[in-house]
Amino acid sequence: MTQFLQATVTGLSLASIYILLALGFVIIYKSMQVLSFAHPALTIAGAYLVSVLATEAGLSFWLAVPLGLVAAGVLGWLSERVFVRPMVGKPVFAIAILTIGLDIALRTPVTTLIGLQFRTMGDPWGFATWKWGDVVVQQRSGAMVITAAVVVMALFAFFRYSRVGLAMRATAFDQETALAQGINVGRIFSIAWILAGALAALAGMFASTALAGLNQSTWVIALRALPAIVIGGLDSIGGAVLGGLVIGLVEAYTATYQPQYASFLGSNFSLVMPYVVMLLVLLVRPYGLFGTEEVERV
Amino acid sequence: MRGRPELFTRYEADAAMLPNNTQRFWLVAGLVIALVAPLWLPRDWMILLSRAYVAAIGVIGLNLVTGYAGQVSLGHAFFIGVGAYAGAAFGGAPRDDVWGLGLDMLIWVPAAGLVAAAIGALVAPIALRLKGLYLALVTLGLVFLGEHIFREWDVLTGGAATGREPAQLLLLGYRFDLDGSVGSLMVRRELQIYWVMLVLLVIMALLAKNLVRSRVGRAFAAVRDRDIAAEVMGIDLTRTKILAFAISSFYAGVAGALLFTVTGFVNATSFNLLLSFTYIAMVVIGGAASIAGSIMGAVFLTMLPRVIDALGDVLPFFETASTGLLSTATLERILFGLLIVGFLIFEPLGLYGIWIRVRNYWKAWPFSY
Repeated sequence: MTQFLQATVTGLSLASIYILLALGFVIIYKSMQVLSFAHPALTIAGAYLVSVLATEAGLSFWLAVPLGLVAAGVLGWLSERVFVRPMVGKPVFAIAILTIGLDIALRTPVTTLIGLQFRTMGDPWGFATWKWGDVVVQQRSGAMVITAAVVVMALFAFFRYSRVGLAMRATAFDQETALAQGINVGRIFSIAWILAGALAALAGMFASTALAGLNQSTWVIALRALPAIVIGGLDSIGGAVLGGLVIGLVEAYTATYQPQYASFLGSNFSLVMPYVVMLLVLLVRPYGLFGTEEVERV
Repeated sequence: MRGRPELFTRYEADAAMLPNNTQRFWLVAGLVIALVAPLWLPRDWMILLSRAYVAAIGVIGLNLVTGYAGQVSLGHAFFIGVGAYAGAAFGGAPRDDVWGLGLDMLIWVPAAGLVAAAIGALVAPIALRLKGLYLALVTLGLVFLGEHIFREWDVLTGGAATGREPAQLLLLGYRFDLDGSVGSLMVRRELQIYWVMLVLLVIMALLAKNLVRSRVGRAFAAVRDRDIAAEVMGIDLTRTKILAFAISSFYAGVAGALLFTVTGFVNATSFNLLLSFTYIAMVVIGGAASIAGSIMGAVFLTMLPRVIDALGDVLPFFETASTGLLSTATLERILFGLLIVGFLIFEPLGLYGIWIRVRNYWKAWPFSY
């Protein structure tokens, strides 16, 4: 039981990272039907800036994080404005492949800057833990879960109640009609990328607070969040949250139980388990759990 | 028709592989140049070009499924990996701890392709249920799963840390990977490998070129352009999609097996997402739905690092450091990314599209149309 609870705690903290990343993917996809592979670059660019500001520049962590988020948001905005906007209306794959190129071009300098050593975030949590019976909860896990919960609620409220959120929902529903209602669709695209960039940076920052810190392979975490959006459905915000939860928990449970009960699957199988779940879900539901089925006219 | 090379009176003539004399002439000329060029090239260029030719085989495969049949696959690296290890298992020297049958090239090259094709055909049914980006994401998942399997399956891959030896380039008892001789002239192994890869590329490219003008190729294009319409016209979607994946994987498998022998060493982690992205980039930069474009893209991207290096020697202001932000490796990667972006925005038809435009300009010269 202790083992199970421990795995659940780890799973929830992983899930909060995946949820933050998945929300970014889905917000971009909903607003402009683009699957952004540029996410890994935004993730580590933001985390890198936080690390530099909070450790080398000696700023307070609480100041460094907002600055990092803003910077990643600006980077997302620039990516959209300069590279993705000219492609609006082109085939979805062309744009997806374009974002792959964009990711490589943006990520390479950042990984070079990160260098070979691990970078710390200068976060206040460090390795401090809470004890809850036999279950050890890292304080950083607590911070992650609370932050993710707050962000998810804030986003839901934003989409539900604010004018911009309403405009974003209208754009997602039908771009031309939204345009006819006086909504600046181009600005909605920008807002989506800014939000996604900031969310990615937040996730990257949290992912780098662990023992490994920020290193040259931290970016992979953004691609590991892809199963989350596929499971939930590419265009469902609620699905992204659920998908993130499922992926995080499954990964943690696999990491805990697979070495005992299915060791023939090899070490580190937990890292590929999300993809297995994704395959299984897609075989049953080809558009994910909550994705909208595309209706095709002949 | 003599004197009117552009006038076709029969359908077969219109659908011929090389419809006019200019194309026939340039194919032969290009082949002759490619055959004799290495006699004057330095050895590292020979190896690099061999790698480019092998990559071209893989790119043709990806282009068949993505460019012609319209099923975007980010999982090409996985099939290349399958081919590499299948080829090594059939053609590698026998050892205690890893599989190796030490067979002839005539067997292991097609065998590597067939194993990959079989796995491709197994994956294809998933593609039947999925559309668009969901399919791309599943194939991306395949790369991660494959990487895990390659890392863990020690008897096949030698494990992640140690790796294993590739298949031997043994054809009817002759070893191409050792220096040979013709009379008193020594023929270096690099030169032999170069010629073998060139011949294989020509064979595979002609096969692909023939395929895309056949009934199957037209079915691919119909599925790409509108799958529902294709089905209405009587094209069996299931069969066509499975065939597209199987053939594409066959090419990937052959390319993987050969790539392993040319580079001499691969790691279980070599078949990662970056490799898939590189192949996608070669398709995009070369030109989607074009066999000639596939070859151009593969040669261009494989030679790019070497050219950047050479530029660093020639141009004084283009200094390249060995580490840091301005190192060759970093610059090359950034350029690689920007090339993908640039081609997609400015020339979606790739290098092949540029060539078509240049050709049309000169065809109509001095008029603009």
